Amino acid sequence: MSNRPELQAPPEIFYDDAEARKYTSSSRIAEIQTKLSERALELLALPDDGVPRLLLDIGCGSGLSGETITENGHQWIGLDISHSMLNVALEKEVEGDLLLGDMGQGLGLRPGVIDGAISISAVQWLCNADKSSHEPRLRLKAFFGSLYRCFARGARAVLQVYPENLAQHELILSYAMRAGFAGGVVVDYPHSTKRRKEYLVLTCGPPSLSTAVPCGKGEDGESCSDDDSSGDEENQTVSISDRHRPRKKQKINKKGKGREWVLKKKEQMRRKGNVVPPDTKYTARKRKARF
Amino acid sequence: MRLLTHNMLSSNIKGVTNGFPLRIEVEKVVEKEVEINHDFLRNIFPKIDWKAFSDASRIMGYVELPEEAPEPSVLESDLEFLRKFHHALLELHLEEGALVCPETGRKFPVNKGIPNMLLHEDEV
Ligand SMILES: C[S@@+](CC[C@H](N)C(=O)[O-])C[C@H]1O[C@@H](n2cnc3c(N)ncnc32)[C@H](O)[C@@H]1O
Repeated sequence: MSNRPELQAPPEIFYDDAEARKYTSSSRIAEIQTKLSERALELLALPDDGVPRLLLDIGCGSGLSGETITENGHQWIGLDISHSMLNVALEKEVEGDLLLGDMGQGLGLRPGVIDGAISISAVQWLCNADKSSHEPRLRLKAFFGSLYRCFARGARAVLQVYPENLAQHELILSYAMRAGFAGGVVVDYPHSTKRRKEYLVLTCGPPSLSTAVPCGKGEDGESCSDDDSSGDEENQTVSISDRHRPRKKQKINKKGKGREWVLKKKEQMRRKGNVVPPDTKYTARKRKARF
Repeated sequence: MRLLTHNMLSSNIKGVTNGFPLRIEVEKVVEKEVEINHDFLRNIFPKIDWKAFSDASRIMGYVELPEEAPEPSVLESDLEFLRKFHHALLELHLEEGALVCPETGRKFPVNKGIPNMLLHEDEV
């Protein structure tokens, strides 16, 4: 049986007064939320110029993530669907503004005004249909579309998510890309089922240096007791899907690297002492399509 | 909710083409002093819709802002202006009241400073 909160009740019901209380009473929950928020802000990679930016906290809940934004010197607007969670944030007198709202209905914000966004453990909730009127795909579309529109050029979103499975992961990512975002996924501690954390790093606008996706933590075998089967595939911690990649470049790559490049590579391999087939007139020759 | 947020919010109801600015209905305004940051003010200034902002400040009972958007150069030199801009943007809170969609008249209630922006099913 799964004990995923997303399967137990809709978020506005699951995050009731009792659950919300844990965000102030449990130091473990607080610590995890704060750590995730700090990492999200780090991945947001705002310019290091001391200028406070206007950020969104999507699923801001009790305001632990917002407090991290404040500590980093930025202004924020938080959105959450749970009354109880927002009440905890009120008690704490957080410095950001709070909105009661459902991200699946789209964000009601003016275009081009927001400098960035973080979200901690919230967006996967959109994959569940909690009401008969809910269609996860439409809700993901409304959310990512509205997020993209309210962003200033070059703004970034870092969304830490807990997808239930690969299909959910793909679903969320595909709707982000469809909305126009470039970017990809950063996975921290990919080999540990417990510590594994997934962050969608999304950028608005054409690719630039700043759209390169940073590396995950613990990629090179930081101790992970509960999973040590590390095939090559599992070392793949950063996947980049970039819809803005120019067509032309892709075509050039398809053509292959040419005879000179192959000869050079073969020579290198020989020098390393490898057994390499001799160079002939057939080396790196183009094959006919029907081959 | 501060006027900073009011200036970014727009009505999200299905079919509404111009949901900005939301009209403010005031029941209670509170003031909370916060430290001024000139860099933030300069960074956010170009994104502020000045007419909506200065109208909103008047509704909230603050009448010191110019009605016309000032030249950006005042942000460099005019400390008095920066102070007023800061006060209206970040220190006035709509504590109780409502935000009203300019097109449909739908009211979004504001309680304890939190606007309830949840839409009904037929508004999505
Ligand atoms: C793990 S909690 C994050 C808590 C928050 N970062 C904090 O510091 O307290 C996830 C939050 O996402 C919110 N959430 C879930 N679905 C939502 C939706 N559709 N719209 C807005 N918020 C949502 C929940 O109400 C919950 O507060």
